[in-house]
Amino acid sequence: MGLATQHKKLEKNINLLAIFSFIAVSIGGIVEIAPLFWIDNTIEEVEGMRPYTPLEQAGRNIYVREGCYSCHSQMIRPFRDEVERYGHYSLAAESMYDHPFQWGSKRTGPDLARVGGRYSDEWHVQHLEDPQSVVPESIMPKYSFLGDTPLNTDNAAAMLVALRRVGVPYSDRDVGEAMADMILQADPDSGGDVEDFQQRYPKAQVRDFDGDPSKLTEMDALVAYLQMLGTLVDVDSAAAQERLAEEKGR
Amino acid sequence: MANKRIDEPTGTEFVGHEWDGIEELDTPMPRWWLWSLYATIVWGVIYVILYPAWPLVNKATEGVLGWSSRGELAEEMSVVDQARATVREELARMPIERLPENSELFGQAVAGGRSAFQVHCSQCHGSGAAGSQTLGYPNLNDDDWLWGGDLKAIEYTLVNGIRAPGVDDTRMSVMPPFEGAFDADQLTAVTNHVLSLSGKASSTASGAQLYQDNCSVCHGPSGEGNRELGAPRLNDAIWLYGSSPEQLRNQILNPKMGRMPHWSGRLDPVTIKMLSAYVWSLGGGEEFVEVAEDPAVEVDEEP
Repeated sequence: MGLATQHKKLEKNINLLAIFSFIAVSIGGIVEIAPLFWIDNTIEEVEGMRPYTPLEQAGRNIYVREGCYSCHSQMIRPFRDEVERYGHYSLAAESMYDHPFQWGSKRTGPDLARVGGRYSDEWHVQHLEDPQSVVPESIMPKYSFLGDTPLNTDNAAAMLVALRRVGVPYSDRDVGEAMADMILQADPDSGGDVEDFQQRYPKAQVRDFDGDPSKLTEMDALVAYLQMLGTLVDVDSAAAQERLAEEKGR
Repeated sequence: MANKRIDEPTGTEFVGHEWDGIEELDTPMPRWWLWSLYATIVWGVIYVILYPAWPLVNKATEGVLGWSSRGELAEEMSVVDQARATVREELARMPIERLPENSELFGQAVAGGRSAFQVHCSQCHGSGAAGSQTLGYPNLNDDDWLWGGDLKAIEYTLVNGIRAPGVDDTRMSVMPPFEGAFDADQLTAVTNHVLSLSGKASSTASGAQLYQDNCSVCHGPSGEGNRELGAPRLNDAIWLYGSSPEQLRNQILNPKMGRMPHWSGRLDPVTIKMLSAYVWSLGGGEEFVEVAEDPAVEVDEEP
């Protein structure tokens, strides 16, 4: 029996065909996907990355809920035009605690991967309430209701637990303090231990974000999230630059 | 196979499959198609040799060209940097207060500053740097400067920001809220006095007294302002948050205070220099006068 006759068996037996098709597709999949779990390129380590604070994560949930990703990406590609406008290109590890990630290359609005610290809190509030007031040519819709909507703090711990299940390393303490942390970050005078908070979440910015210290709104959360974006990892240090540019096989 | 049968009309061999008398011909694939297939295979092999391809234990094969997207970017950036190197080096060496002496270099700095301004500053100050009174972003075209309008002062502001959170040397001052400090008559009197400084209203003795007691420490006895504190000048026609009595009252009772991000770290020193030159060139730029060290005085007085 030649190879051709063997093959005829496959063609005529539906079960055999299914099994061998699956094997063929699996080989392709394993070759393409499996190495991503171990090669250094995809799991490059960076210093400074930490899980998002409960307030930032709440802001992130609002970001996703409002569909900001439809127009804004969070991925600066290694091209000169992008790097000159948005800053250093994004590293994979900068999205390591993103569930879901916000990558993309379709941009109606600008990339937001490094928007943190670029504008004042007040600007963000003005811009979210009425984008055209600060950028006349903008086509972004208004999100003024965020400033009137109280932030739901009840599910803070549940949110962290859910993220922990998919691999974000929140400690038991983080989960226990989640609601208190959320309130503390937007109101340092609320009586919590800011130092302890910043020890658990280095570089966390603690202040009132929406311009109204008397209440905690969704605006606070979203601005806190935006002001954190791209500020955790110091990619611009000379050593990091050299290493990144010399790396091959990418 | 032994039984090679040829289809008479086409001269093509039969495959041997037959369904209800209908048979399949083994028509060869078009030449151009076949050669395209071979060409893509050859291309694939060459690509795998030249470029990163197969993922191995620690990383993918490097490819003999040693190409990487990041390396390509670094190269592209360095080509651009080299083209600009002379200007940037000269700018880096030149003390900023002496920049206007060299008109060619100054022109290049202004041009570079203009494009950087459009990317980083126009969102608040507007593409023409006219600012916005309703939103509270200062106009950079006029002669009024909150923190100083010579090249050095502008550069300091850019580097350290204004009331920038977490920046040690940021320009910092706080106007206390006067909510509850004045009764209605006193508020009208002091508002009128402030307006009278620029001839917009007539003042009274009590208004003048209230101003002297509460405002003149920062804004000056005749409303000339104080740049060390970023206290705006009150005796001219330029108003940061508006000049109606209503707007003035709001500002006295519950002051708005602008914030500006600090740009050190985000922008390199030469770009900041170019931005300073551009802002300085917009119309209100002042000559540099040697004074004491750049101040960062904190004022936090309760009324």
